[in-house]
Amino acid sequence: MLQAGEWAYTEKLKEHFMSPKNILQGDNTDDFDGVGMEGNLQCGDQMLVAIKVDKEKEVITDCKWKTYGCASAIASTSILSEMVKGMTLDQAFHVSPKDVAKELGGLPDHKIHCSVLGDKALRAAINNFYSRNGMDDKVKEEQAKIVCQCMNITDHDIEDAVLEGARTYYELQERTKLGTVCGQCKDEAEMLLEKFKHIHFGA
Amino acid sequence: MQVYFDNNATTPLHPEVKKELIAGMEMFGNPSSMHGFGREARANVEDSRRKVADFIGAHEHELVFVGSGSEANNTVLSLFVCGTSQCIPGTRMRSTIITTKIEHPCVLETSECLAHRGANVKFLDVDRYGKVDLDQLESMLGDDVGLVSVMMANNEIGTLQDIETITKMVHERGAYMHTDAVQAVGKVPVDVRKLGVDFLTMSAHKIYGPKGIGALFVRKGIPYCPLIRGGHQERGRRAGTENTLGILGLGKAVEMRSIEMAAEEKRLLELKGILKRGIEEKIDDIHFNGHPEDSLSGTLNVSFAGAEGEAILLYLDLEGIAVSTGSACASGSLDPSHVLLATGVDAETAHGSIRISMGRESTLEEVEYLLEVLPKTIQRIRDMSTAYIKGGCHVAGR
Repeated sequence: MLQAGEWAYTEKLKEHFMSPKNILQGDNTDDFDGVGMEGNLQCGDQMLVAIKVDKEKEVITDCKWKTYGCASAIASTSILSEMVKGMTLDQAFHVSPKDVAKELGGLPDHKIHCSVLGDKALRAAINNFYSRNGMDDKVKEEQAKIVCQCMNITDHDIEDAVLEGARTYYELQERTKLGTVCGQCKDEAEMLLEKFKHIHFGA
Repeated sequence: MQVYFDNNATTPLHPEVKKELIAGMEMFGNPSSMHGFGREARANVEDSRRKVADFIGAHEHELVFVGSGSEANNTVLSLFVCGTSQCIPGTRMRSTIITTKIEHPCVLETSECLAHRGANVKFLDVDRYGKVDLDQLESMLGDDVGLVSVMMANNEIGTLQDIETITKMVHERGAYMHTDAVQAVGKVPVDVRKLGVDFLTMSAHKIYGPKGIGALFVRKGIPYCPLIRGGHQERGRRAGTENTLGILGLGKAVEMRSIEMAAEEKRLLELKGILKRGIEEKIDDIHFNGHPEDSLSGTLNVSFAGAEGEAILLYLDLEGIAVSTGSACASGSLDPSHVLLATGVDAETAHGSIRISMGRESTLEEVEYLLEVLPKTIQRIRDMSTAYIKGGCHVAGR
């Protein structure tokens, strides 16, 4: 019974949620040049992105997607699929969740993690295009780097914790158990915490 | 069309309750004052107390008005961890508390907190319908158990527990029994003597009364210690000036329930039957959560393969239909409903669930409208889903 003015999300998000753009019809992705899938159903969200590429110019000519996800996942991927058409692969690879959230006119903090799946799947699709076309050198694997040696916590784990709501070092420790043994990683972890807060929340 | 199918979250005021509240706003006296203003308020408070006590078969002295069901549950659980030697319940040396995996967060989180404070807390499993495992309870009931707390009706799936049987088992082993009956009182007959419980929690806003008022039944002679101290109100069991208006509303709410409940629940059960059959006929790959019979009349919880719950909720909201979901996405956490997971469904089934909870204002027309909108909504979501293959989808149970 939310009225327009009280909708928990922005008008733009609502618009893309109500009429999502570029949904992949059916399951066949044979016509596409790159396909990426991210997320898993256990966590409640999964995203598939398929792109067509002008191979000469390395420009994305079409972007379709499908998701098992919530309203923010649907809307943010809808808008992402519009944004990346006409972009070079390199440009598209560097679209961040923050860019998407900005385009949507902002997302509630606890919804940011729902929106990151679209660009993750897009990067997977771009990498998939590179490896299909013998350009393995261009594939940019997102290598995780271990920050806390004692508890085996990576920078990706820290990013996830920030997306899930950790804002302080203490909250980060609560979620990841990072730095609870020798504590030597505290400085680096705090730096990464600030970095990911800035990347995702502009804080 | 605006349809409110979220009555387990809260209910609209009964028109009679609303009238009572409006009239009651003229009454401002403090029930503890000796003058005429105070005496008027006191008379009203005690009148309500009698109504509520009568409604659940209690003596009026056994009823403590509190600010919410959550407060009542916190109060009861907190009785059993007090370490001071002056504390009667705390000195019983029975430091184990048994509860279930499907309780409301106000019981679960308080239990976890008590565990940090030295209590030994055990959580009972439930079967696939949400019924407590009685064999497991029997095996857990030792001389160390001080309290067993089992909710009477589950808020998410509606499953009813056999509190009478559980209480007998608990009393045989010398422990105290509490039931969180917030979703049960006013929907199914509740008689504290028949149930035999020592503590029972109830709330007004689930039964067409106002928010911010609940009641805790404490059987006469049971050790008790207030959670909120500093006043003689409620016979020293809950400090703070009485919420006179709320108490008035709760009294009227149960009075109306005693008149309307039986016929109303029968009607809701019929509506639920229509809704359930309609969903079964019109939508494939679904799974009903909760017990098929021993369940609240107005509550239906259903999972749709390949469709995420928050998306269902918001698409229905756009059509004017209000339901709730067990999906993590709607709750702000990342975990789907602990209740559904406890019944053994997988995370995907839990994420893809919605709870439809009808109430006294729900109509056949509204059910038909939902049955018209829901299949289209599910189809729309499944069309864009990575996780739906017709007939081949993994959905729990059946």
